[in-house]
Amino acid sequence: MTALAHVGQAGGGGPTPPADDQERPGRRWVPYLLLLPGGLWLLVFFVVPLVQLFTVSLQSQFPGYPGYYYRDVNAGNYLRALTDFAPQFGRSLLFAALATFFAFVLAYPLAYAMAFKVGRWRNVMLIAVIAPFFTSFILRTVAWRQILADEGPVASTLNALHLLPGGHITETWAAVVAGLTYNFLPFMVLPIYASLERADHRVIEAGGDLYANGFTTFRTVTLPMSAPGVLAGTLLTFIPAAGDYVNADLLGADDTKMVGNVIESQFFKVLGGFPVAAALSFTLMALILAMVFVYVRRFGTEELL
Amino acid sequence: MARSSGVREATGDLRLESVTKSFGGFTAVDDLDLLVPRGSFFALLGPSGCGKTTTLRMVAGLEQPTSGRVLIGDTDLTGSRPFERPVNTVFQSYALFPHLTVRDNVAFGPTRRRVREAGALADEALALVEVDHLASRKPAQLSGGQQQRVALARALVNRPEVLLLDEPLGALDLKLRRQLQVELKRIQTEVGLTFVHVTHDQEEAMTMADTVAVMNHGRIEQMGAPAELYDLPRTAFVANFVGRSNLGAGTVLGRDGEHLSAEVQGTTVTVPLSRAQAREGAVLFGIRPEKVRVLREAPEGTGDDVRGTVLDVSFTGVATEYLVRLPSGTVWSCYEQNLDVDPVDLRPGDEVWISWNPAHAFTVPLDEAEAAAAAEATG
Ligand SMILES: Nc1ncnc2c1ncn2[C@@H]1O[C@H](COP(=O)(O)OP(=O)(O)OP(=O)(O)O)[C@@H](O)[C@H]1O
Ligand SMILES: [Mg+2]
Repeated sequence: MTALAHVGQAGGGGPTPPADDQERPGRRWVPYLLLLPGGLWLLVFFVVPLVQLFTVSLQSQFPGYPGYYYRDVNAGNYLRALTDFAPQFGRSLLFAALATFFAFVLAYPLAYAMAFKVGRWRNVMLIAVIAPFFTSFILRTVAWRQILADEGPVASTLNALHLLPGGHITETWAAVVAGLTYNFLPFMVLPIYASLERADHRVIEAGGDLYANGFTTFRTVTLPMSAPGVLAGTLLTFIPAAGDYVNADLLGADDTKMVGNVIESQFFKVLGGFPVAAALSFTLMALILAMVFVYVRRFGTEELL
Repeated sequence: MARSSGVREATGDLRLESVTKSFGGFTAVDDLDLLVPRGSFFALLGPSGCGKTTTLRMVAGLEQPTSGRVLIGDTDLTGSRPFERPVNTVFQSYALFPHLTVRDNVAFGPTRRRVREAGALADEALALVEVDHLASRKPAQLSGGQQQRVALARALVNRPEVLLLDEPLGALDLKLRRQLQVELKRIQTEVGLTFVHVTHDQEEAMTMADTVAVMNHGRIEQMGAPAELYDLPRTAFVANFVGRSNLGAGTVLGRDGEHLSAEVQGTTVTVPLSRAQAREGAVLFGIRPEKVRVLREAPEGTGDDVRGTVLDVSFTGVATEYLVRLPSGTVWSCYEQNLDVDPVDLRPGDEVWISWNPAHAFTVPLDEAEAAAAAEATG
């Protein structure tokens, strides 16, 4: 939520409390009224299903009746989730981390150029960054499968140059990470761009004026000033990437499955898989929450916490 | 004082030699020549948009001149990057690093120059501007005046050869501004650096600087000591921008020894030749308001005088300002110090004589726009 709030207020100067709050007690209910629609929406479509999912994650199966459950407090589902599917958890976090890293490496120069170098081409570039959202996520990933396919241009060129040891790009972890990087790149570019764009150019010039050369100014002034954007971008990339299953499904193989794939198959393909799928979902959520908490604590600015 | 990391060692006067800066087709700074003696307090005074900031940025290296040279002593700094110049700037908007504490902001320069004890130097500089108690705050937690002091400390701590101040007091209220003006002057005397102070407040420039350069449309109109500028403006712009002047368009009649006589809107006036910037044809005649006397009776003696009608009287305590309409329709203003025991009880509509000592009069080249602006200001 905080990360999104950062992107949202990129243009403005942040919320300012209304000054006349105190003098006009009749208006005290206004904030609550404003919160009501969103609050109701979240209650019905987020909190209620979450509670339900949690109860499902603790259910037990009727012995001999696959697909039938009774209410229980069965922590065994969590144990199974963690022991049987540890590799998928590991891959989810690793692939998401790699994708976040590559997205950052690609996005920062792009956002930097958009904010400082391209002048009036800025809007064209912004549209170009957002344009992929106009087509479906699934379709774009399918397109990537064709681009990376053995007979496709990338793999055949690399093969002709004998640069591809396994002979394939698809059905490897590299393809999954590439797909994740591509799909979540805009979520990295936009917050970084927003934070660079609103940075005061005079402050960056002050770095030069105070004996810092171009690179030192970047390292000691520009980069720290864009830290809120980097933080928001990494969260917006890492969190959905860790839960993603489409890329692993379309670009990967059995040995590149992520937690998302397991949850999906437990829910839809395995008879009696509901409780374990729910337990997997909760475990993933808890893991991500814990990691994000530590990360934000470590690198966060006051603005985000 | 430290191992310099790529900073050019240059000492001496700051010189700009026919510096021009164009943005596209627009010339912001036009063929500017400037000499700022080492250790002096120099003020660059001019209206908004006249090119003051652009001039400073070229000295700092943040902008490169389209043509011309920037030198300190004998070192040509043209083309060098900002971090190579022994010059620091106090930016118009302070431009403090928002992610660093006040102390780290000030220690930034020394750290980059690899000065040991950067922190101690920073504390010293903060003490000099009297904000050492705020050292561990972030800039966002400071008031405007405090930010201004930190910005000053951040530049001063480096003991640059030239310190550039771009309207650093512009955002402050009058009282704080006066207080900081005094302090700035004290600091400059204490550290003995060359200060180039940009402002559009003529009073600020006059009270602080050793030398004032009045800038307009990218050019220096006149440069000199404050008293000199005030006493004898050389252009109509300076006559109006530095203090106020009563101006009138006229025609030169001829010379009489050390004096020039001119016909100004039906009256014959004289001006010492040494004070006549324009000596032929159409000129602007000028006299400062406080040099003019308002009298009930026709004056006797050697002064120049003219009859008029009082339009408005405003009493300000130490002085009274009279607006007097001359027969030609021009309105002049006259400051009379309230010296007499019995005040001259003048009211609007009264017929008066105004008189002045020709030794205070001056002429400048005719500039229709400025003459109109002057009439606007007094009328
Ligand atoms: N990067 C730029 N591109 C185009 N025009 C510019 C640029 N920088 C300054 N100018 C123009 O040059 C002129 C001088 O600007 P400058 O900032 O030097 O004015 P200033 O004297 O500092 O004014 P102020 O007192 O308002 O700060 C202005 O007309 C401005 O619009
Ligand atoms: Mg300016």
